[in-house]
Amino acid sequence: MAIVETKNLIFEYIRRDEEGNVEGITRAVDDVNLTINQGDFIAILGHNGSGKSTLAKHINAIHYPTEGTVWVDGKDTSEDANLWDIRQEAGMVFQNPDNQIIGQVVEEDVGFGPENLGIPTEEIWQRVEESLKAVGMYEFRKYSPNKLSGGQKQRVSIAGVIAMHPKCIVLDEPTAMLDPNGRKEVIRAVRALNDVEEITIILITHYMEEIIYANKVFVMDKGKIAMEGTPKEIFSQVDKLKSLRLDVPQVTLLAHELRKSGLSIPAGILTYKELVASLTAIRRRKGH
Amino acid sequence: MLRDITLGQYYQTDSIIHRLDPRVKLVTTVCYIISLFVVDNIVGYLLAGLFLALVIKLSKVPVKFMVRGMKSILFLLLIALIFNLFLTPGEVVVSFWKLQITKEGIRQAVFMAVRLVFLLMGSSVMTLTTTPNQLTDGMEKLLGPLRALKVPVHEIAMMMSIALRFIPILLEETDKIMKAQMARGADFETGNLIKKAKSLVPLLVPLFISAFRRANDLAMAMESRCYRGGEHRTKMKPLIYKKRDGLAYGAVFCYLVLCVVCGKILW
Amino acid sequence: MSIILDHVNHIYEAGTAMEFAALKDINLVIPDGQFIGLIGHTGSGKSTLVQHLNGLLAPTSGNIYYNGADIHDSDYNKKELRSKVGLVFQYPEHQLFEIDVFSDVCFGPKNLGLDKKEVELRAYAALKQVGLEDEYFYQSPFDLSGGQKRRVAIAGVLAMQPEVLILDEPTAGLDPKGRDEILDQIANLRKETGMTVILVSHSMEDVAKYVDRIIVMNKGQVMLDNEPREVFRHYKELEEVGLAAPQVTYIMQELKRNGFPVDTDIITIEEAKKAILDALKI
Repeated sequence: MAIVETKNLIFEYIRRDEEGNVEGITRAVDDVNLTINQGDFIAILGHNGSGKSTLAKHINAIHYPTEGTVWVDGKDTSEDANLWDIRQEAGMVFQNPDNQIIGQVVEEDVGFGPENLGIPTEEIWQRVEESLKAVGMYEFRKYSPNKLSGGQKQRVSIAGVIAMHPKCIVLDEPTAMLDPNGRKEVIRAVRALNDVEEITIILITHYMEEIIYANKVFVMDKGKIAMEGTPKEIFSQVDKLKSLRLDVPQVTLLAHELRKSGLSIPAGILTYKELVASLTAIRRRKGH
Repeated sequence: MLRDITLGQYYQTDSIIHRLDPRVKLVTTVCYIISLFVVDNIVGYLLAGLFLALVIKLSKVPVKFMVRGMKSILFLLLIALIFNLFLTPGEVVVSFWKLQITKEGIRQAVFMAVRLVFLLMGSSVMTLTTTPNQLTDGMEKLLGPLRALKVPVHEIAMMMSIALRFIPILLEETDKIMKAQMARGADFETGNLIKKAKSLVPLLVPLFISAFRRANDLAMAMESRCYRGGEHRTKMKPLIYKKRDGLAYGAVFCYLVLCVVCGKILW
Repeated sequence: MSIILDHVNHIYEAGTAMEFAALKDINLVIPDGQFIGLIGHTGSGKSTLVQHLNGLLAPTSGNIYYNGADIHDSDYNKKELRSKVGLVFQYPEHQLFEIDVFSDVCFGPKNLGLDKKEVELRAYAALKQVGLEDEYFYQSPFDLSGGQKRRVAIAGVLAMQPEVLILDEPTAGLDPKGRDEILDQIANLRKETGMTVILVSHSMEDVAKYVDRIIVMNKGQVMLDNEPREVFRHYKELEEVGLAAPQVTYIMQELKRNGFPVDTDIITIEEAKKAILDALKI
């Protein structure tokens, strides 16, 4: 069943000069059609300015389509009556860990969403406990957010979204401001939510390592969907990715280079173990 | 370093005073301040002192924390003392040069000093035993009736609590921008007032831009988490009066009555 | 001509319950013209360390010498030091404040007390060095894209014509292409001017192909300090402290373990490709 669906989605920004006259129109999202099913792990890739964040903000009804339609769980996002249902069902995690934590104590921040939904007090406490446990931050519940690392802050933000019991979570470059450890923490938490809780994940990123776990990848460029497929299918098109200002992990790149030199290595290698296995096989065939 | 400034001066421990509802503490503090202006004799001040001592004892906050707060008003205290001492007319006790100390002056000066010290200690007991968050919550609830007069009580409380959350972040940011500009040769220390004010531009412009960006991000994050003002909202930590809060109100009431009685009978 | 750190310690909040030793007994010599990668994860002390090099932070104990002079001597000119040791902070675009790009880049040299003509010449040269096109010079810096803003901010430091350029996470938040462009630009700049460059990063892969020396920081101490290939040889220790060697290192190690006659000291894709093809030819 489709949790998110867009049809001919177009979004335009109007640029104005200092006097407020229209200077021009920028089309940030240009005729996007996509369907995301319940339980999917989706990655949306693209360089800065490709329109991926603008697209993501439509799913949470922060932006409304200029033309076309977005449905979340069958509800049209441009209808006012659906607004709060959509925001509850499709939670959103943003890039900057500091600018999305509202509470002065971790547990209070996680309780913020349920409070807004009018959940009874006792249930809020239950949800806060479950959510913090789901991201492994329960022991930090009494901490001030200012004392946490970037990765921990992002996990608190994710817990804050889970506590609203969403069907789908949109993460808009959640790891862009983190160090490698923080990135790993966040991706691990996100994968667990998808595996265990079966929450639909829409991960927006430009780190290629993070999309390996997705079951479908969309690559955006100039507001349009430029590529679409499994991580393997996407990674097998190294030259195309490069032309879209993206890069590929070193293993994939090395495998690609070796393939070009005539070795029979399968396309779309994602891990170094795969590469080593296929090289070992070649070597054995050559009689070593 | 600016990064470790803690706001308010909350002292973390577990005591009956800490556990009291913040509304009780706010009301008590106001009552206590009023009582200090009602009493005007030794018995009254003894009573106020006794009440304060009891509360401090119950709060388990070391007295040195209270005394530390006194340092900041020492100057004010001295001025109040000197003015009252020399400028109150009445029965002269000592006089030298053009100054004279009167009996009434001594009395006034001592009472004024005691009143100031009690006032400050009384309010610091409140801030030491209540987190800024609880205080905002308490204020929101206490001022709730003002909503009928179209005062946006919830919004004000939310603004205060967000400010409390962001002040340390903005302080850290100030520190960072200052250093970044110093690395480009900026000088924030030397020069006259005008030069100093001018040198703040490279600090303030980026700081304001950052604050607006954060505010924008935060508003979006709050909306995406279904925030729509105070209506339909439940509380994770609602303020509910317990038995001890009732007892505390009773005690404060008794104290106030005693103060009034002292004032009437012994004056 | 060099920077020397002699037994440098830095303790934040000394004497309080919050006491935290950010730098522990750091001894380093940074000779002229080297291209250094300073690697460590968040909290390893790398940012604290670079702020010592231009005197923004003073060591709790120990000495720092620039070209032989102790920078914390009472008569040492700190302002001049900051123009010689240029430090570009993380997210430097957050420090932009002037109404147009060109005036913003002028801020640094103007603070050095140079005359107007010299200031403008330097600003122009610096903007050219970071590859910003002329059409942007008189635009508001806030109207530029993220990558362009960062270039302007870097130019703001370059305009002081430093002898040492330190960049704290210059690629944070940029997309892969933007990251490569900035790093290539820095590498070119160094080739042209011969200045010392210190690149602070938490990514080995980013710096591996550019630098000639890697300093790895962990818990306020220098953990490794050597040529890249020597440093990556310790990939297991790096992993233990939450850092990783480039993926190529892992591939070569794994191939060697599987009986391939390859050299494990390889750091670039090109070298790896050649080595693997050679190994399969036999």
